[in-house]
Amino acid sequence: MADEDDDLILADLPDEELVPQMHDDLYDGLRDEVVESVEILLARGWEPYRVLTEALVAGMTIVGKDFRDGILFVPEVLLAANAMKAGMAILKPLLAETGAPKMGKMVIGTVKGDIHDIGKNLVSMMMEGAGFEVVDLGINTDVDRYLGALETEQPDILGMSALLTTTMPYMKIVIDTMAERGIRDDYIVLVGGAPLNEEFGRAIGADAYCRDAAVAVETAKAFVARKHNRMLAS
Amino acid sequence: MIPPGDHALTENGLAPDGTGRVLVIGCGALAHEILALKRANGWDHLDLACLPAIWHNHPERIAPGIRAAVAQHRAGYATILVAYADCGTGGGLARACAELGVEMIAGPHCYAFFDGVDAFAARQDELTAFYLTDFLARQFDAFVWRPLGLDRHPDLVASYFGNYRRLIYLAQTDDPALDATARACAARLGLDYERRLTGYGDLAGFLSARG
Repeated sequence: MADEDDDLILADLPDEELVPQMHDDLYDGLRDEVVESVEILLARGWEPYRVLTEALVAGMTIVGKDFRDGILFVPEVLLAANAMKAGMAILKPLLAETGAPKMGKMVIGTVKGDIHDIGKNLVSMMMEGAGFEVVDLGINTDVDRYLGALETEQPDILGMSALLTTTMPYMKIVIDTMAERGIRDDYIVLVGGAPLNEEFGRAIGADAYCRDAAVAVETAKAFVARKHNRMLAS
Repeated sequence: MIPPGDHALTENGLAPDGTGRVLVIGCGALAHEILALKRANGWDHLDLACLPAIWHNHPERIAPGIRAAVAQHRAGYATILVAYADCGTGGGLARACAELGVEMIAGPHCYAFFDGVDAFAARQDELTAFYLTDFLARQFDAFVWRPLGLDRHPDLVASYFGNYRRLIYLAQTDDPALDATARACAARLGLDYERRLTGYGDLAGFLSARG
């Protein structure tokens, strides 16, 4: 995709060409170009939220679909994610200043005994891109840290991630502890990670298993909407 | 039986000789070690078949592969042993072996049974350790570097290994050249290096007790 655009002057492109170009640059993991384009759009008076959704999130959604379809693989997704992260770093403080729709709040972490965070970081980033506030507990998160964060942050969603078959059973310990304390139904519990599947998610008592970051966002939106509807109804 | 080269073990595995009353069906990454034990102990009754070692990176293929291999070879042997630990199958291989009536090695993976499953479980400070065995040290590019795209994007090392601190080479053989290879692998990943001579660990006991 990049060869023909080697001499492209991004600032010369009108908006309707620059945004698709940003999608291409995200797809190709071109961090510097994505950053430059974000700055160009902001300088042209675009609202930060519009840059986020129409340029970055839309571009990353294409990446996510092609990953799901086996067209892109983890290295390419990582490069694209790093490019999006760089763009978001510019937008984040501006989003806080200008105000953006708030979809809900999520506490997320990789479970105890597991230090793998690529998937978890991708989910965090896409959730933030979708308007969720994300509190990331990092890696090797034990049940006390999860429950402490639920208490202090009062999120809508708890997200747990694991890459190892040896660590994924820990998710059940967290959910069981939530149930023992009578708080399980206060939160939407989403789980994900390469060795998991829907059957495992159901078996441990999660609300949903999310196979990738895009599914996590859609699932989170659906559950939060349902929660709000229930609250309105009652 | 002479083991084929590492590339063949990685991609194709190993066909059995068809001799002996006990067939071990194992991971191609264990072929050299199992055949070394066979030679050292004079286990002429033991034959070896291996599934492709690269399934280390595709654990979902292991249990179906074992089912197929057991079905293929069952009639020719009095006993079949499975030289795999759980290896990322999430209990799937244990369920398959129980249904098939064959025994497998205890433990989560080969790192654990080379180290000794009990000793490995007792190590509390290795959460951030990345392990190599003799085979994986020799085949580092095929199992780690290329599958993660680091040959094309070496700058992604931090994304993959940023939470790791140490590469521990679990050495089955005392080989200075392999020690140097493993040390170089650690350097490529930006990790500290440690070598631990394990020998064959629980693998020897598993085969001798059941062979």
